Amino acid sequence: MLKTVLKRILQCIPTLFIVMTFTFILTRMIPGNPAATILGPQASAADIAAMEVKLGLDLPKWQQYINYIVDVLQLDFGTSYMYNQPVLDLIAERIPNTLQISLVALVVALILGVGAGMFSALHQYSVLDYVLMILALVGVSIPIFWLGLMLVNVFSVELGWLPPLGRGSLENGLWDVVSHMILPCACLCTIPMATFARITRSSMLEVIHNDSIKALRARGISETSVIWKHALKNALPPIVTVLGLQIASCFTGAILTETIFSWPGMGTMIVNAITNRDYMLIQGVVLFFALVFVLVNLLVDMIYMLINPRVSYEGGDKK
Amino acid sequence: MSESLLTVNGLKTYFYTASGVSRAVDGVSFTLEAGEVMGIVGESGSGKSVTSNSIIRLLPPAGKIVAGEVKFEGRDILAMSKKELQEFRGSDIATIFQDPMTSLDPVFKIGKQMVEMICAHQKISKEDAKKLAISALERVGIPEPAKRMESYPYELSGGMCQRVIIAMAVCCKPKFILADEPTTALDVTVQAQVLDLLKDLQREMNTSILLITHNLGVVWEMCDKVMVMYAGNTVESADTKELYANPLHPYTWGLLDSIPKLSDENKSELQTIPGTPPDLRLTGKCCNFYNRCPYMTEACCQSVPPLVEVEPGHFVACHRQNGVNKLVRNEARGEVSCHD
Repeated sequence: MLKTVLKRILQCIPTLFIVMTFTFILTRMIPGNPAATILGPQASAADIAAMEVKLGLDLPKWQQYINYIVDVLQLDFGTSYMYNQPVLDLIAERIPNTLQISLVALVVALILGVGAGMFSALHQYSVLDYVLMILALVGVSIPIFWLGLMLVNVFSVELGWLPPLGRGSLENGLWDVVSHMILPCACLCTIPMATFARITRSSMLEVIHNDSIKALRARGISETSVIWKHALKNALPPIVTVLGLQIASCFTGAILTETIFSWPGMGTMIVNAITNRDYMLIQGVVLFFALVFVLVNLLVDMIYMLINPRVSYEGGDKK
Repeated sequence: MSESLLTVNGLKTYFYTASGVSRAVDGVSFTLEAGEVMGIVGESGSGKSVTSNSIIRLLPPAGKIVAGEVKFEGRDILAMSKKELQEFRGSDIATIFQDPMTSLDPVFKIGKQMVEMICAHQKISKEDAKKLAISALERVGIPEPAKRMESYPYELSGGMCQRVIIAMAVCCKPKFILADEPTTALDVTVQAQVLDLLKDLQREMNTSILLITHNLGVVWEMCDKVMVMYAGNTVESADTKELYANPLHPYTWGLLDSIPKLSDENKSELQTIPGTPPDLRLTGKCCNFYNRCPYMTEACCQSVPPLVEVEPGHFVACHRQNGVNKLVRNEARGEVSCHD
């Protein structure tokens, strides 16, 4: 097991290297010049040239690339042009904001989504099953920007119950923070919740018609144990796959949701970095996202092995 | 007279499907005494498994028991609450299913599954349950039982899995074992071992067994009495020896003729029963076997033959075993060969 994990970690390195290369190429392909963006429209050509030298952008592209790789290997992810702060500090500053809403949204989505999926599977073809599955279909297909704007319109503009944007502050009491989180969380959890509901339902339906479940009932095992222990564990792998992807996207933040609610998280930061041609920040953030996805995938594979003993990634090693 | 262990009376289990009502079991009755082994034989779709699943009330949602009664030691199984049913399954009545590889939960260790089952029915500690499980595994001939407790089902062969399932079945000392084609998924040598094991356990514990099979050889080895089913109904039932010595229903003849014989020196062709079983949505108006029966008469197309006791303990449902047209097997054979 330990050997497998180490092997998988080593396999991640080429992936990350490819991501770094592509981000470097793509950022350089965006039209625009970071030096000119920083100095503004009034800057003279000489000022811009001086700035380019300062940022190291006057060097040939291949040399910039090598510099970047060498820096990253020394764990130096560069300094943001726009904020004039190390990229790592900026990520460390924004990540808690993003996690604050994304983790809450994920937990809500997981509990309600899996719960709804279990209910639907156990009451297949009942009225509530149809209602839940239609809601889940709406949930996965609804455009997030539209949902966000509608939520703001109804709960902030019309009803005036919840604040439309911002983060609130603990100084104004806990409710201020919570009330600012409700709408973004609701917006964020819709798609994962619907996905969990649908995947749980289909996976459970497949499992509860298995002979092994019938055999458990024939052995007089209690219905609670049959469903929540045996059937759920058998049905878990696809749910864990979806969960892994959702955990990863928790860290990357939600560009649309964060923009609608002016939430200062990773999503808004990368949008700003792209509009300002902040090469270092874009590269740093994308590399960070890639790292998160790679690690979460690794984690998911490890969890598979724990859930289902038949899964093994060692195959080729055995002689 | 004391109560029979299991009484099934006029059991009717129908499946309500989009294309109509399928009469999977249509009025089956039998009794089973303590310590008795009874076989139900018939081809696929004759209602054997639905009968056994009706006894433990484990039917798929489309299947409904519409009539009849099933009593176990005088208790009405069909009237049991979910809770009572749960206690009853596994402790009084153990079930062994056809495919051992799919009868165990693949994601839990064997020991864990056995302990869970024992603890569900007996008020003993986990440690004691574990000891009981190990001794049961030992009893069914599993080498290194303590080690096997830590195995997952996929690490065992089919025969081993079936032994584990039998060990589980006997852990709670059931009075009755329902064995639904317990050897069909196993290869022949393992089949014999599993059957021997079942028979030994049955003698040791004086358990009753209802053995569902389509293999008449297995019935001969194992059973005290046999019921032959066809298209959801009993066509013949008798003591095993009586049935083999004096089969009365043409369908039973067909089944017996289609057993390959090693002693057959002429290497004659293996007999089969021509045709296919009827559509279960359309049965119940005439003899279900009439379209495949070489001895069919007009009466066969007009009414369902009742199950009649023609000799003590020997029941048959055939118009031609009743009254003037009485068939005798050897003569009937001649009758058919004349047709040829």
